Amino acid sequence: MADYRFESVPAVRESLAKVDYLSDEGIAGIVYLADRLGKPILVEGPAGTGKTQLAKSVAEMAGARLIRLQCYEGLDESKALYEWNYKKQLLRIQAAGKGEDGGSDDWDELSGDIFSDEFLLTRPLLEAITAEDPVVLLIDEVDRVEVETEALLLEILSDYTVSIPELGTIEAKQIPMVFLTSNNTRELSEALKRRCLYLHVDYPDLEREKEIVLTKVPDITESLADQVARIVRSIRNLELKKSPSVSETLDWARTLILLGVQQVDAETARNTIGILLKYQSDITKALRELEDAKSDMHADANA
Amino acid sequence: MAEPAPPTDLNEAELGAGHAINELLAGFMQELRAAGLPVSLTENLDAMEAVKHIPMEDREAFKYALAATLVKNNSHWRAFETVFEVYFSYRGPEYELDPDSDLSEALEELMDQLQGDQGEDGQQAGGGGAMDAMTPEEIAKMLMKALQQGDQGMMRAVARQSVKRFAGMEPGRPVGGTYYLYRTLRHLDLDGVLDQLMDQARQESPDPLTGLEERLERDEYETRIEKLKQEIESEIRRRLVADRGVEAMARTLRKPLPEDIDFMHASREEMVQLRKAIYPLTRKLAVRLARKRRHGRKGPLDFRSTIRHSLSYGGVPAEPKFRYPRPAKPEIFVVADISGSVASFARFTLHLVYAIQGQFSKVRAFVFIDGVDEVTRLFEGVEDIAEAVHRVNTEADVVWVDGHSDYGHAFEVFWSTYGKDVGPKTTVLLLGDARNNYHASQSWVVKEMQHRARHVYWLNPEPKSYWDTGDSIMGEYAGYTDGVFECRNLRQLERFVDILE
Repeated sequence: MADYRFESVPAVRESLAKVDYLSDEGIAGIVYLADRLGKPILVEGPAGTGKTQLAKSVAEMAGARLIRLQCYEGLDESKALYEWNYKKQLLRIQAAGKGEDGGSDDWDELSGDIFSDEFLLTRPLLEAITAEDPVVLLIDEVDRVEVETEALLLEILSDYTVSIPELGTIEAKQIPMVFLTSNNTRELSEALKRRCLYLHVDYPDLEREKEIVLTKVPDITESLADQVARIVRSIRNLELKKSPSVSETLDWARTLILLGVQQVDAETARNTIGILLKYQSDITKALRELEDAKSDMHADANA
Repeated sequence: MAEPAPPTDLNEAELGAGHAINELLAGFMQELRAAGLPVSLTENLDAMEAVKHIPMEDREAFKYALAATLVKNNSHWRAFETVFEVYFSYRGPEYELDPDSDLSEALEELMDQLQGDQGEDGQQAGGGGAMDAMTPEEIAKMLMKALQQGDQGMMRAVARQSVKRFAGMEPGRPVGGTYYLYRTLRHLDLDGVLDQLMDQARQESPDPLTGLEERLERDEYETRIEKLKQEIESEIRRRLVADRGVEAMARTLRKPLPEDIDFMHASREEMVQLRKAIYPLTRKLAVRLARKRRHGRKGPLDFRSTIRHSLSYGGVPAEPKFRYPRPAKPEIFVVADISGSVASFARFTLHLVYAIQGQFSKVRAFVFIDGVDEVTRLFEGVEDIAEAVHRVNTEADVVWVDGHSDYGHAFEVFWSTYGKDVGPKTTVLLLGDARNNYHASQSWVVKEMQHRARHVYWLNPEPKSYWDTGDSIMGEYAGYTDGVFECRNLRQLERFVDILE
């Protein structure tokens, strides 16, 4: 209980800002709370809102090593937790057989030997637990694994231990910060959710997005950043297949700088909108909505 | 600070009595559960642990801390927030009833500005109490000013004033919050205010506004107006809680979760929520159905492949190989009643079915009232399902005689026109409340349908207890279907689609 990583919520916010991650009250609060309670954070939200970046930034700010487990369909414990290095085990057995003909006493010794640390290949989860130095564990896109595989994570998330039948339970030397991200393509199991603090990261509001643009895009003027943020917000208000993400906003802002644009007018917007939107139907819709002067929102609302 | 309601005990909590806050939290959790949020015991304990680290005075942080431990689904956030506002509405300096708070400072500042603008005599606005004397015109001016500057404190002040002035709240009157909200908003005429603001923006700009600029201005003001509405709502809530106490208000103000909203009785605001909720839902369903198809099934033994692989085991077929499973994808025919009350239900179902059409070999949609029309073409090559669904309502030719539901006639026409397309691969979904306006049922059509199709399901948006009452003839059709499902909300609809194959 003795040493916490962070002093207070504003402190978290400040140090995140130092590593160029602009958080809001909710994000900073939960990072702080996760540290105090020693609980993992489940980060959910649309693609491209900085979920993975959050974990990276927290690692950078705490001066910790980032261990990343990318999830995919078909992930199993030999990829996530640990694996026995059976080739090495085989060699060990053969080496033993050469020295003297193996009696039964020897066998006990040998079997104890080949199931020891030396023959264990650590995978990200076990590595995070056994690390001596400060680490941040990122379990990325956890919604991609099957529901059954989720169970693999439960032990480590609630107790920070890994049980290996041959070795016993390995306990964490220190409680790492754990981030799980999810794009919400499926409902995660109750068991998993219960063990985590939940953070929903949405698209940033106008002010924050503007700040982000100002921080991340050098040489941009305040007024252009403001315009960019406002146009992006208006586009996100439409019902689109894929709303522009923060990274797309940044790409767009950079493009405008490269083109030497000082002021976004309809013409520029039309020519560069492909950077923000990736579906033709979305582009058509956005252009129609944005250029239509007396866009009747009321008709929309009644639909 | 005379507050009659139970939350006055909160002062004890402030003095450091730990169990007082725990008690408050316990009540809070109970209400969350009553509102339908799944709060487990562990989460409950986590929340109690969490509040030890976050001071209650920092209201926003406190809210996020509770939400992080208790709300694990973003669509539940609104319901959570409502309960939170009710339970902790006395917390935080800006919510104090005390007129000497910094709130009235903002108000005074605003008044000063106004008076500065007009050069009027500044007598009437001496202190917080004198604010009562504000006329509707003054409020309207304040409103414009606050919206133009977009200042949170001023908006709150305006919200408070207008509720005081227009809502006409009386202690003990058993009316819900929406009534007061409606009254206040009617007086404020926010649509008119928006137009005025836009006019002003146009005048102030040196060049005429381009379409894009106009749109951006409008969006900005709309966001601010939305904020103002929220302020008004929370002000009304605060007053109601002060009047009637936390428990009573928590019950009346309870908001259903999006998946529990009744299709037939959804308010406009709830409709918007439903539309938002349906996108993630369809994505999830599509993933789930695709996975179900891929996993958990094995094709028949692939003899050739097994023999080939046996070579590596010295000719022993140790590893049996199976053919790639190719489960048949069903064809879906949706036949939907789109008359008045059930229209929104049909819309959502069509939306859902089309959003996951990749899981079916073919989807065809028919809509009817007393005539029937195929609307498949509206969905073809369209990327925006929401728009296609919208067009169904305007373009389909579904009225035969009088535009009152006639299931019998619609089914008959459907059968004679499209019946030949129904085959053993077809699953037919019939959507409607089976309220036939006492016409002939022609249930033989459904019987024939069941005979020829793979499955016939009926989805009824009415509560089960209403079936077969009045002009509902659900029972007459039910016998010929493979199942009638009550589908009043997204939760039930989702459950049904899951079993569909």
